[in-house]
Amino acid sequence: MAKNEKSKNISRRNFLGTGFLLGAGAITAGGVVLAAGNAIPEISGKKIKLLTQDGKIIEVDETAVLDAEQNLSEKEIRDGIPGRKFVMVVDLSKCKNVRKCISKCQEKHGLQPDQEFMKVLLMQDDKNSAPYWFPKPCYHCDQPACVKVCPVDATYKRHDGIVLIDNERCVGCKFCVAGCPYSARIFHWKEVELPIELANRKYSSETSVPAKKGTVSKCDFCPDQSRQGKLPHCVTACPMGVIYFGDMNEDTVTNGDETIRFTDIIRDRAGYRYLADLGTAPLVYYLPPVNRQFPFESGLESVTDEVKERYKNTEYMKSKKE
Amino acid sequence: MEYDSSKLMREFAPQIEKTSKSWYLVFATLLAFFLFGIFGLYTQITKGHVVTGMRDNVVWGVYIVNFIFFMGMSYAGALISGILYLFKSSWRGPVIRMAELITIISLFIGPVFILFCIGRLDRLYYLILFPRIQSPITWDVIAISTDLIGCIIFLYLSFIEDFAKLRDYKELQLPKWRKRLYKYLALGYQETPWQYKIISHTKNIMAAMVIAIAIIVYSVLAWIFGVTLQPGWHSTIFGPYFVIAAVYSGTGMLIVVMWIFRKVYKLEEYITEKHFVNVGVLLLILAAFFGYFTFSDYLTKWYGSIKMDKVLIDKLFTSEYYYMFIASNYLGVLVPIIVVGIKKFRTITNITIAGLITVVSLWFNRYLIVVPTLETPYFPIQDVRSEWLSYSVTWVEMSLILAGISVFCMLFMLASKFVPIISISEMEKHTGETRGLMRD
Repeated sequence: MAKNEKSKNISRRNFLGTGFLLGAGAITAGGVVLAAGNAIPEISGKKIKLLTQDGKIIEVDETAVLDAEQNLSEKEIRDGIPGRKFVMVVDLSKCKNVRKCISKCQEKHGLQPDQEFMKVLLMQDDKNSAPYWFPKPCYHCDQPACVKVCPVDATYKRHDGIVLIDNERCVGCKFCVAGCPYSARIFHWKEVELPIELANRKYSSETSVPAKKGTVSKCDFCPDQSRQGKLPHCVTACPMGVIYFGDMNEDTVTNGDETIRFTDIIRDRAGYRYLADLGTAPLVYYLPPVNRQFPFESGLESVTDEVKERYKNTEYMKSKKE
Repeated sequence: MEYDSSKLMREFAPQIEKTSKSWYLVFATLLAFFLFGIFGLYTQITKGHVVTGMRDNVVWGVYIVNFIFFMGMSYAGALISGILYLFKSSWRGPVIRMAELITIISLFIGPVFILFCIGRLDRLYYLILFPRIQSPITWDVIAISTDLIGCIIFLYLSFIEDFAKLRDYKELQLPKWRKRLYKYLALGYQETPWQYKIISHTKNIMAAMVIAIAIIVYSVLAWIFGVTLQPGWHSTIFGPYFVIAAVYSGTGMLIVVMWIFRKVYKLEEYITEKHFVNVGVLLLILAAFFGYFTFSDYLTKWYGSIKMDKVLIDKLFTSEYYYMFIASNYLGVLVPIIVVGIKKFRTITNITIAGLITVVSLWFNRYLIVVPTLETPYFPIQDVRSEWLSYSVTWVEMSLILAGISVFCMLFMLASKFVPIISISEMEKHTGETRGLMRD
């Protein structure tokens, strides 16, 4: 290992920390000025300890901590979080179609039940091969087919790997939706209905909230969460720990319970990227559905009939009926 | 046959001067369709695109189909009139004006259809304000606006001589403002040798440029599909294929337009069977080319049978789109070839029917390019909502298609009240050229 093990540990803890202290530390690491002297409402007297970028612990007043996502400049959002290269690993051997990732994502992004950033598909490569459950977010490709075709720079690739959409720029031509080979994008066909607390939020590309009629949205890898040192909502929502999220630069991914080295798991478990032969270089890796922790059928037990109905055209469901 | 300008003016002046009751009736009907389309558009803008049949997989529907279709006819008109003009085809006189009108009218309608497909029309100017040259849509914006300007210049040049004739024709019974308008539009053209030389020169240059622009623009349109990775679209042949399909549909349209105006304005003396056969032969050649390209495109996809190509091909060849595929890619190719190819069938009515079949089947050809691919993404569409699985046209989209067609007809009707539907100066020149040939 070329890197210093100790500094690595610290930065990993920065990233992984879910507690507020470490979380706020990650904000400083993310380059956001917290205690900027301007417009601080009043001193509460309650102090908070924070970890600075160079490893010092400082104490600041509670009110000096500003909500990071509300105060990012357009350029900061478009550049991404410095020093990061986000990556997701989905362990197909653990997924049993609980669909908590979907519902949590919908709740946090103010999506209707029929709008999904994250999908769970029933996949079967051919009729002799085994079926498996397949969570599918946006792949945040390094060669994004969607970004290439955008005529107004509304969708862009950031230095931290994330592909985002600026829905204040989007003209709604839908070329990106047609161009994405992974069907990751959704269009807002009608007036967006949002819970009041989401509707009143200031729009940020990093949260994709509030969405606007006539524009495109998709899974954003929750960079607002990353800025606070938290994991994306789908990762924390999954009771099976299927989804790992992390940083390629730190070579680390975590599902919240377990933290593993990215290169190790990809090597040991024969990780792969779906449809990588299209040349899009996705940032989402899959671990093959071998040595499964649950029988495939269990994925059909806990779901509603409406969800079951979705899979009716698959080979598996057809053969089951016969 | 020889024509001189005063006889032609006498012949064509009534077409401009008098307007029959049935003209108004037809116009009013078309206007009603147009207003219905406006209502449809209003519904779409207020309620959102949810009122269309488009959904997250099939994000482009008949609007894009119509966009390609009308743009195709437009480039075709440009190409035909350009080629006929540049190569001085001896029979071009009576048909060139109609080809020119097809060009300009569909060029105004085509781009409007892509606007119906845009989610945020209020931000349309962003395309100019924040353009990304990497995007084929930006290529399209540049190409179409260039084409529009080029075609307007070319057509205006070809109208000047007729405007001058209308200005000089004293017996013309029209309100004063109309006569004054012709005077302005004629730009003081007096047919002096110097003026004549300049205008012919410019027209030659513009005809050549319009041909080049037409090829580029239609290729760019094809590359919107070709540059994506989607099954069925990601094809190297799409550029030339679209160009051929465009000229083909435009030629079919020209025949239909010729037939209608011949009937309505009693032009039997000018537009003869010879003209139908000549344009028909052009149609036959294009049908063969179009058929060849279609065959070549589908053969390679079918023979190779990459997984997703196979799924798509199965939909087109054997299941969902079977009949539409036959109508567009079998009938659309074979009917014109048989009708024009076999001498016995080569009548004006038959050729017109073949032309009409060409136009309709080419519309379906575009539909089969756009919609089935979007219904066949790499990932299976696992959804319970049937409108999410397959696309079907709603009344809003239908109303706008009808509005588009009626505007096409209305503009043609208005144009025929504004300029002689047969170019008088071209007819005269034709006479001159024949005389010149005989002297040589």
